[in-house]
Amino acid sequence: MIALTAPVALQRPSLSRAQLGMVGAGAIGLTAVLFAVAPFQGVLDFLLVAYLMYLAAQTGVSYVVEGSRSAKNRLALTLVVSALFLALVPLVAVLSYTVQRGLEAISPGFFTHSMSGVGPLENAGGAYHAIIGTVEQVLIASIISIPVGLLAAIYIVEYGRGALAYWVRFFVDVMTGLPSIVAGLFIFAFWVLGLHKGFSGFAAGMALAILMLPIVVRASEEMLKLVPDDLREASYALGVPRWRTILSVVLPSASAGLTTGIILAVARVTGETAPLLLTAFGFDAIRTNPFSGPQSGLPLFVFTQAGSAFAVAINRAWAGALTLIAIVLLLTVIARLLTRRNRLA
Amino acid sequence: MALAAPTPEPLASLQTREVRRGDRIFRGMTLGSGLLILGIIVAIAVFLVWKAIPAFRVAGLHFLTEKTWFPDATPAKFGVAALAFGTVLSSIIALVLVVPVAIGAALTLTELAPSRLGTIGGYVVDVLAAVPSVVYGLWGVYFLVPRLVPMQRWLDHHAGFIPLFQSRNDTFGRSVFAASVVLAIMVLPIVAAISREVFRQVPQANREAALALGATRWETIRIAVLPPSRSGVIGAVMLGLGRALGETIAVALVLAASFNVNLHVFEPGGNTIAANIATKFGEAGILGREALIASGLVLFVITLAVNMVARAVVYRTTRIAEGKV
Repeated sequence: MIALTAPVALQRPSLSRAQLGMVGAGAIGLTAVLFAVAPFQGVLDFLLVAYLMYLAAQTGVSYVVEGSRSAKNRLALTLVVSALFLALVPLVAVLSYTVQRGLEAISPGFFTHSMSGVGPLENAGGAYHAIIGTVEQVLIASIISIPVGLLAAIYIVEYGRGALAYWVRFFVDVMTGLPSIVAGLFIFAFWVLGLHKGFSGFAAGMALAILMLPIVVRASEEMLKLVPDDLREASYALGVPRWRTILSVVLPSASAGLTTGIILAVARVTGETAPLLLTAFGFDAIRTNPFSGPQSGLPLFVFTQAGSAFAVAINRAWAGALTLIAIVLLLTVIARLLTRRNRLA
Repeated sequence: MALAAPTPEPLASLQTREVRRGDRIFRGMTLGSGLLILGIIVAIAVFLVWKAIPAFRVAGLHFLTEKTWFPDATPAKFGVAALAFGTVLSSIIALVLVVPVAIGAALTLTELAPSRLGTIGGYVVDVLAAVPSVVYGLWGVYFLVPRLVPMQRWLDHHAGFIPLFQSRNDTFGRSVFAASVVLAIMVLPIVAAISREVFRQVPQANREAALALGATRWETIRIAVLPPSRSGVIGAVMLGLGRALGETIAVALVLAASFNVNLHVFEPGGNTIAANIATKFGEAGILGREALIASGLVLFVITLAVNMVARAVVYRTTRIAEGKV
């Protein structure tokens, strides 16, 4: 008869959530004791010390109970997850601080007054002229870049074969990394200096169009690729020519996604400051004609006010920053809501 | 008797010709738009070179070695040495700060978090990327800079023997380091988003194989996810580098501009090519503006090279993942 031996443990004991919670509580308690006796202070310091304590305690306990591999696993995963939370800190900090300072500074007059004739120490004036400028400049950028971007995306997805399509796609990607100041410099060298057209809202619109173009192409390209080939083939089978198929079958079925991409591109360029500096140049009074003379823009307004030494100007900068963030976030949220209606994604 | 069927041929060929013409025109329009994009890149290079030539003529080879920036003085004296140094230094510090965080965040979203959290992560990245750089700059000056001072002072006191952490006049604030932290926050979304795409490309079977052999979650990440993602992540980091090199407004607001080559990054001062263009443009004269265009050309060439290499690397990995190579 076979002698039965005691069963060998196949699994080492593992720590439960409650046990880890106790380790965490212990780390916080120890930190509190440390802060009570040692000359440490500050909430941030406390969190940092408690975090390091927890890391050490968790690794130690896990090493003793679960073994070295598990201890390493717990340490690495804790660090990895902490990275995500660390990444969220600046987002929360930027948004909350801007909202706080912006709400203190903003007033209804901010949206109805320009900076024309406002003295450096006066608590007056607003961004009306800059908002007009931004709306016009972004509109011009959209009118230029949306059709061109859409057509280029159609080329890449529907027609493009071989080396040329590859290079177009490659350089669209490279262009997404073009520094915005370089786009501004280009329009300045080409339009303002080269063609002697001077600073204008239209020049700013062109600079923004250069920045918007690759974003529109990339987003549209992704969406057009999602349209199933069955739809195209069904259309061809009915004798519909290719261009009609693209215009009346492919584009409509991708329309929700295309709109999302375009709105995100608009949101991205609305906040661009550097190109405006070199092309629209900035102007304190209301100028509705974007084709002649310097114009302001909301991001540019924030930049110039922020560069001032006076508290009233800094307040205007915060009010402008809040307005800008509100516009950009609103556009982003609208774009995201549209994604939900996207049947392809 | 066979009926002579009317030949439909003329009609058909007429239709085909019209159809073909429509297709040709439409295809031509799309091709034209694609070529326009290539044309814009070429035009940027051509116009920047053209308008920069006068500045290059004046400065000669000193343009690459001179540190100060007085293009409108007589005699004009200007060069990109200090600016290029500041640009590269601030970007490298930003990357050192951001890469571990971005990769950790991307790993959490793809490997550890439930997929719904991954979607929320996508929203958050969108929002972070959409916050305008001027807002980051304003926030950097009034929120971040004062809050970084205690940490810098602590490092200066306890690790000041390392030049990087030393502030010789014991002042901190609007320094290259502060600018780098703002840059790090700004490039976080792009590095995290592309790393996430790269990790997603790793076949699920790799992970399952590792887990089936008894690997822990971390060991799975280390042996099955990270090695095939290596070059893709390098590409993502380089795209972040390209973004950091060209960032203008946030740096211009945060830095207290000075023209020197200085490794003491906690001391206020320093400057970058892009920030210098933004701060000097308004007051610049004719040669001043041409000099700024010349410095912009240097920036364009650097970022173009970085972006092209980065894209080529990312392309190669994603194409390998899609089985095209």
